[in-house]
Amino acid sequence: MLACSFAKERQFRPAASRIQVYTWEREGFSVPIMCQQCTDAPCIEVCPTNSMFRLPEQTLIAHNDRSCIRCRMCVQACPFGNVIYDSYADSILKCDTCAGDPACVRLCPTGALTFEDETTSTRSRKKALATKIKDAFQEAG
Amino acid sequence: MYGWTGTILRVDLTTGRVTRERLHPRDAKLFLGARGLGARLLSREVSPAVDALGPDNKLIFAPGPLSGTFAPSMGRYDVITKSPLTGAIAASNSGGTFGPELKFAGYDMLVIEGRARVPVYLWIHNDEVEIREAGDIWGEMVPETTEMVRLATDEDARVACIGPAGEKLSLMANIMNDMHRAAGRSGVGAVMGAKNLKAVAVVGTKPVKVADPEAFEQAVLAAREKISKHPIGGKGLRLYGTDVLVNILNEIGSFPTRNFRDGYFAAADKIGGESLASEHLLRPKGCFACTISCGRVTKVTNPKFAGEGEGPEYETAWGFGADCGIDDLEAICKANYLCNELGLDTISTASTIACAMDMYADEIISPEDTGGFEIRFGDAETMIELVRLTGLREGFGDRLADGSFRLAEKFGHAEYSMSVKKQEIPAYDPRGIQGIGLQYATSNRGGCHVRGYTISPEVLGVPVKMDQRSTEGKPEMVIELQNLGAALDATGACLFTTFGIGAEELAALLSSVTGVKYTSADLLKAGERIWNLERQWNLAVGLTSLDDTLPTRLLDDPIASGPSQGEVSRLREMLPAYYELRGWDAEGIPTPAKLKELSLA
Repeated sequence: MLACSFAKERQFRPAASRIQVYTWEREGFSVPIMCQQCTDAPCIEVCPTNSMFRLPEQTLIAHNDRSCIRCRMCVQACPFGNVIYDSYADSILKCDTCAGDPACVRLCPTGALTFEDETTSTRSRKKALATKIKDAFQEAG
Repeated sequence: MYGWTGTILRVDLTTGRVTRERLHPRDAKLFLGARGLGARLLSREVSPAVDALGPDNKLIFAPGPLSGTFAPSMGRYDVITKSPLTGAIAASNSGGTFGPELKFAGYDMLVIEGRARVPVYLWIHNDEVEIREAGDIWGEMVPETTEMVRLATDEDARVACIGPAGEKLSLMANIMNDMHRAAGRSGVGAVMGAKNLKAVAVVGTKPVKVADPEAFEQAVLAAREKISKHPIGGKGLRLYGTDVLVNILNEIGSFPTRNFRDGYFAAADKIGGESLASEHLLRPKGCFACTISCGRVTKVTNPKFAGEGEGPEYETAWGFGADCGIDDLEAICKANYLCNELGLDTISTASTIACAMDMYADEIISPEDTGGFEIRFGDAETMIELVRLTGLREGFGDRLADGSFRLAEKFGHAEYSMSVKKQEIPAYDPRGIQGIGLQYATSNRGGCHVRGYTISPEVLGVPVKMDQRSTEGKPEMVIELQNLGAALDATGACLFTTFGIGAEELAALLSSVTGVKYTSADLLKAGERIWNLERQWNLAVGLTSLDDTLPTRLLDDPIASGPSQGEVSRLREMLPAYYELRGWDAEGIPTPAKLKELSLA
């Protein structure tokens, strides 16, 4: 969150972070939440000025701050709460993955965050499961 | 301003008046922030003669210029006030997220003045500041207080508060933030309690600005790299926490045992960080923007001592362990959880109980004095009950709540209190480690290890190993560490960053965030300035060179057994050289030339 606000604003303001991390103190569990880049995106649907739009040939959704009229329909429409209106800077905040080189990943001190191609990330999960099945069969054999 | 927010928030609890003022750039430049700016404000505005628990004392919460940025492990803040325990200036340092949140709300310092008519809490949401009646929250333990205040304000609010110990003006009461982090020492919680202030809740959405973002990013990445490559900063602290020190100190025979009757504890390994990691550690935990993660989230399931929370740190495991003659790690964890819940400083509380055990063993006190308790070394269950009674000021706990010095003095034997300037000294025996004794004796807040952590060179060999038994070069080394420590605290950095970086890296971070050019020499000079300012305040309070001493047991009674058997502290050899190197006269008073050199005159 510090890296995000620093990359976007060149200052530290966690409230302006496009990625939010929620932590359950007692359970010791943290979940990062950010824009899902939905295929059927409500934020694009409701935008009256086409300021929220999909980049040509890409899955990423971008936001044009100049044509945006701050009606905040996108904020209401997002089912995940991942589009935020920031009253301090009077702007709409949404993760744009820093055009493919996200600061949160680049500056993560522990390497907890990685930025993966969608097919790569599902492939690694599929492969992990396949490996378990393979191991199970080898043990049984 | 960059780094600094440029604003001081003042809340007068007597009148309810809330005011804001500009931070003077010259003060910021000379005193940096946190402990430094706090000392500056206190010495300007509060008469050294005030009653620490009266309305004229002020309570200052101050983060540093690096707090709130992603500089590694630098989100700390200090609580500065006149200490009711020592009478000296108190600056208690804490991590977590509270300090950065104050910055995001727009403040370099929060100054609490006066005294509320009824118990209250303070709710700060950026520019909106409200004093609200505490009602049912008064009387609650720290975790419940935190949750109740969040429920009444904002679920993500950062909360600093006192527990029952602070409300009942225990001179060992701390201020807890983020539930588990403590501004622990010198009884700052009693000052908050005396002001009828139960908690401060903060939500901030403003920025901490950076003068030179590119240079700052580079400085941060370089500092992170150095800390992560250091065997202690990068690995050791995360694996075992500070409690890893138990075996290290015991192996050199400087692990104070049974109220410093000895320096060696045969069962030490049972209470060390390795045992903690294998038996009770759920996970390591870091504070704001921390890359070290020394915090211990632990749990005890044994019904006798069941509980969960954070800790123990090394000094806590030592205090409730070896110093009380106890080798039961579960009991130590339980005492730690209770202290955090009640809002008690673990070092002073443990040492005060050890003092009572010692006086009981020597038949200075009897069950008649203790309300029927037999207070024996090694009795874990009694120790835990005494912690509880101390936090609530019930029964014999009422006596313990004022610390070991007042307890021992009451029974005519002040020499049983292992304290300096009435504050309990921690877990490193100055008979076996000469430099730390000089540090204890000269520390501006009384018995304390972190004001000049000589254990780094004398025991851990960081940056280079010095012979712990020798007095050679120790005055110079203590002064250097005290000055560096003061500057480091003032920036908002954690002491543990020195396991990786030093004045040079700090100067690069500070310069790029603030836009004010600091060399490493400037930084050390600022530390020396802060040290001398604190000294001036303490002298004005009435402390003298006679107070720069150690308990006679440490000066005259040799360590009884173990590797350091026969050693005593040779403080008397080191102190005159210390004064001279400091530029102070033979009475320990800074000379006019020194004060002028430091822009203090």
